[in-house]
Amino acid sequence: MWRDAALVAGKDLRIEARSRVALTQVAPFGIVALALFAFALGPDRATMARGAPGLFWVAVLFCTVLAVQRSVSVESADGARDGLRLSGLDPAGLFLGKSVAVGAQLVVLQAVLAVGVVLLYGARIQVPWMIVVSCALGTVGLAVTGTLYGALSSGLRVRETLLPLLLLPIVAPVLLAGTRIWQAAMTGGTPSDGSQWLRLLVLFDAVYVAVGVVLFGSIQETA
Amino acid sequence: MAPVAPSLPAVSLRGAVALSGRFPLLAGVDLEVAVGETVLVEGPNGAGKTSLLRVCAGLVPLASGTLTVLGLDPVRHRTAVRRRVGLLSHASHLYDDLTVRENIRFGVRAAGGDPARIDPACARWGLTGRLARTPAVKLSAGQRRRAALAVLTARWPEVWLLDEPHAGLDVAARALLDEAVAEASAAGVTILIASHEPGAAEDLAHRAVTVTGGRVTADRELRPASPVVDEGRATDGQPSDGQPSDGGARPGAGEGAGRPAGTDRPTADVASGAAPQGRVAHVA
Repeated sequence: MWRDAALVAGKDLRIEARSRVALTQVAPFGIVALALFAFALGPDRATMARGAPGLFWVAVLFCTVLAVQRSVSVESADGARDGLRLSGLDPAGLFLGKSVAVGAQLVVLQAVLAVGVVLLYGARIQVPWMIVVSCALGTVGLAVTGTLYGALSSGLRVRETLLPLLLLPIVAPVLLAGTRIWQAAMTGGTPSDGSQWLRLLVLFDAVYVAVGVVLFGSIQETA
Repeated sequence: MAPVAPSLPAVSLRGAVALSGRFPLLAGVDLEVAVGETVLVEGPNGAGKTSLLRVCAGLVPLASGTLTVLGLDPVRHRTAVRRRVGLLSHASHLYDDLTVRENIRFGVRAAGGDPARIDPACARWGLTGRLARTPAVKLSAGQRRRAALAVLTARWPEVWLLDEPHAGLDVAARALLDEAVAEASAAGVTILIASHEPGAAEDLAHRAVTVTGGRVTADRELRPASPVVDEGRATDGQPSDGQPSDGGARPGAGEGAGRPAGTDRPTADVASGAAPQGRVAHVA
């Protein structure tokens, strides 16, 4: 399983390194979204700083949809999805490999968006480790759910429009928990202020990793 | 995994029905293909040839009936079966952003194959030098086909499912394909070739079955199959060196096994037991 996961993650990351879709298209899209949110909120820096946590995670969610769609489309061209099914890769390894590749892209995107939030919204981070932990846990949750629902929609002609409809409601707990942890981190809160939300993220990640490992093979065959 | 015993069929379909929605892709196929046998699947467009191969590859589930591949149920032993079966389909299964060599390497490693076979396979199909480092997106249709064939021959699975293998290939590549199929057949690989160009593939096959309307409607012997010896490369299905065989030898060539004429066998003959052991049958 781990060998297959490494193989698939390496393949997807190599493709991303060649095409640079995440860096040249998804990241700029996220920055544009943050800028538009700033325009909508108006020039008041205090208002923007207050809204920064939620807007950061909304931008991350939008970028996640694009990253997952890219991950799915890579397998859609020229029957690559059938090729992957026929290769005899362990489904759990395939799921973990694709999740790792999406997650690696999300880490980069979140770093870019975090810088954007600080520069555009004047956000001040008081407890950096809470930001790092929430992003790490959020990345896992978004990557595994994205991979799972990407596979679910991959065989459909309407996958581009269906994926956000399926995925965004499912990842609402990540948005909620991530926003609360960021608020605590920006107001200098204690670890206990964000602990319940961190636990929620851990639980969310554990559930979807387990579901993906167990069900990805069936989903891949039936989608 | 141990090779299947030659006494077991490599592929066995019994009453196989496959559906796409409510449309029948296969409408009750009985077919057995012996280990090491090369079977040409003929039929007009839409007859069910591609569906038959996709069912054998485990890509399309059966609605009813049974299927075993190398003695295994492709649903229960999905991963094990797929690592031992290779499908050359209309699509090349290549990643556009990976180079030719990277695509072949991924295909071989994913199937647990030997990476040492990658370079000989590239050489066999003329995918060397700058072409090997070219992203797949820049390849012509024929070059993509060669790359897909390179993946197959580098993997060297025990069952080859070739869907219109000559399509899109130039004369030289067709000759290379025929050599590869002949070499695989001589090495004991089981091969199903779906084609609506029988002339291009008949010389390669031991037997031809005709598919019409999702059923096997005729079965004729083209030339006797060589017995599969349960030792050496004949059973592990490995190529000697991954290079083209000398002189493009056809299966059976030099063994007095040229294709006999007039060996068409109607279904009734097969059902009455006239067919050779280890093969047979079909349902109209």
